Amino acid sequence: MTDALWYFARGSGVVALVLLTVVVVLGIGARSGRPAFGLPRFAVSLVHRNAALLAVVFLVGHVIGLLFDPYAQLRFFDVVVPFVGNYRPVWQGFGTLGLDLLAAIVITSLLRHRLGVRAWRAVHWLAYLCWPVALLHGLGNGADRGTWWLWATSLTCAAAVTAAIGWRLSATFDRFPARAERRVAPRLRPHLEEASR
Amino acid sequence: MISATEAPSRLLSGDGTLDHHLARHGRLPLLDGSQIIGMARDASLTGRGGAGFPMWRKLGAVAASGRPPVVIANGAEGEPLSGKDRVLLTRQPHLVLDGLQLVARAVGARAAHLYAPAKLLPGLRKVLADRRGAGLDPLPVTPTVAPDAFVAGEESAAASAVAGRGAVPSDKRVRVVETGTLVQNVETLAHLALIARHGPGWFLSAGTFLATVSGAVARPSVVEAEYGVPLGELIAAAGGPTFELQAVLVGGYHGGWVPADLSLPVSQSALAPFGASPGAGVVLALPAHACGLAETAKIAGYLADQVSGQCGPCVNGLPRMAWTLADLAARRPRPGLPGEVARLAALVTGRGACRHPDGTARLIVSAMRTFEADVAAHLAGRCLATGGRR
Amino acid sequence: MTRLHIDWTLCDGRGLCTELLEEMLAEDDWGFPLARDGSAEPAVPAPLENAAAHAVSRCPMLALRLVGRTS
Ligand SMILES: Cc1cc2nc3c(=O)[nH]c(=O)nc-3n(C[C@H](O)[C@H](O)[C@H](O)COP(=O)(O)O)c2cc1C
Ligand code: SF4
Ligand code: SF4
Repeated sequence: MTDALWYFARGSGVVALVLLTVVVVLGIGARSGRPAFGLPRFAVSLVHRNAALLAVVFLVGHVIGLLFDPYAQLRFFDVVVPFVGNYRPVWQGFGTLGLDLLAAIVITSLLRHRLGVRAWRAVHWLAYLCWPVALLHGLGNGADRGTWWLWATSLTCAAAVTAAIGWRLSATFDRFPARAERRVAPRLRPHLEEASR
Repeated sequence: MISATEAPSRLLSGDGTLDHHLARHGRLPLLDGSQIIGMARDASLTGRGGAGFPMWRKLGAVAASGRPPVVIANGAEGEPLSGKDRVLLTRQPHLVLDGLQLVARAVGARAAHLYAPAKLLPGLRKVLADRRGAGLDPLPVTPTVAPDAFVAGEESAAASAVAGRGAVPSDKRVRVVETGTLVQNVETLAHLALIARHGPGWFLSAGTFLATVSGAVARPSVVEAEYGVPLGELIAAAGGPTFELQAVLVGGYHGGWVPADLSLPVSQSALAPFGASPGAGVVLALPAHACGLAETAKIAGYLADQVSGQCGPCVNGLPRMAWTLADLAARRPRPGLPGEVARLAALVTGRGACRHPDGTARLIVSAMRTFEADVAAHLAGRCLATGGRR
Repeated sequence: MTRLHIDWTLCDGRGLCTELLEEMLAEDDWGFPLARDGSAEPAVPAPLENAAAHAVSRCPMLALRLVGRTS
């Protein structure tokens, strides 16, 4: 029984990492304004959202498994507050930090119609921190570290996200390269010397 | 009908001092909110900032908004062809500020603002200090700088500027009046101050508007006249034409071109067939030897440069529309050019947070119609007005 | 009458709404939604109300709203 919990916890952690990779790549793809993988844009956005929710489900499984696992000796406190655990506090801390970040991103996304687009987007940028933190946690903390299949999975995920970010930063990312940027004209902002009358 | 030249110069004469104001107009009579709204309604007082909307309806909407009301006197006058608000704020600022107190009372305002260009503010601060000393401003008025930009005078931009957030227009899903903010042009307020003293009946028979007349006239100036005054009389009041005229731009950069028919009455109904309106009273006379398309292309380029930068269709569409018209004006024709201008005008209309794209499109469509013969000539590589050949 | 309001200060022309509401919206030259009926705030016909509500909830910039207006 306890072994089952342990394997379940590890497996769900890896699945969550893979799902988060899909979420990040599709999030970047959606931002480009293009259809991707033969999916229309609204479908890309839906898969992005649903994969994120599924990742949360697996992460909950991951954490519950570890809470009940006698070897892991995870305290509830460790699940919320990073870098205070007994076992490899730094690597485990990354896991906790990633969980907190993901919770913030998912909750603000679910409430974005109430929060407004500015606050939601600000928090959503944390995804670029959340994903590497999750990867580090998997590499450093997993009892499987050193096994070839965890390395292979992690490298594949890292390659996918790196490629997506590279594309995001490239000049051809936007679907309408000839489109003018929307930016408030500086002449409409209050002039400093005029404002201080 | 009173012509422009004989018009009683109520709004244009004056030295801006409180003594002069009190000697000439006296203090405001005591009126309650519903009396003020009723007077604006009975006088059919409409806005002088461009849109020509009935003032009393806005007063009612702000009073009913359920938000703490704020009133703003809009003297930004971002329109380069207009000078009437500046002249008014220099010569009769107390009428404007009387009007501001009246609308403040009508809507139960909690705050009042005077929004005007930086150059006018030092003088206006002194005016406000004098009024406070004389007890004329029960609700204190805060002056705010209007940036020197075309869209800075737009209603929601003015509201945002006095709130300290920059003179940037905002989305109108909730209309500005529904947020409890009343923005009125300074001239509209000055008329209300006179209506409060002389009554709506007086205004119906003797009310005026301010016009800024420029272009091919001997003395470009601000003149006062009644609605319905023939175009020729406005031009005569500005010293008369200096050349034979080809067309007249009425209503300013967001207005429309009309043929140089000097008997055409300047009124909402007479100008409507040309897609124009008196707007903020701008009149620009175009001489026969100037190319109307080139003139309009220049204005369109300016307007495209003045977009606030927020809305995709405006940010992309106005420059594209301006270039396309510039190609036509410069006789670089390509197949379907006039159709493309018309398509772009329709494409940007109604698709922005403010009416800047709508006004720009209106100007261009009117130019294509009024200078129709020259459009055909330009496509053939000639220009009727300048006689130019490619 | 339900109408679709587009907040142009927010819309980034990502085109999700034009896919979800193809009957009402086309894309303009720059990818911004363009009401097929040419109006600024297009009316939502009853059979499209669900699709419109879906578009509103999926817009990545929260630029869309359904409003009840007569004009
Ligand atoms: C781009 C743009 C610029 C405007 N600039 C001014 C301005 O400088 N002054 C002004 O009084 N109204 C301006 N308006 C009109 C205002 O939005 C508003 O209708 C007016 O101030 C209301 O006052 P009124 O009803 O007394 O005319 C502008 C409108 C637009 C769309
Ligand atoms: S329509 Fe144009 S000028 Fe008006 S707010 Fe939008 S971008 Fe600015
Ligand atoms: S989905 Fe939203 S951001 Fe995208 S085009 Fe439509 S309104 Fe604009």
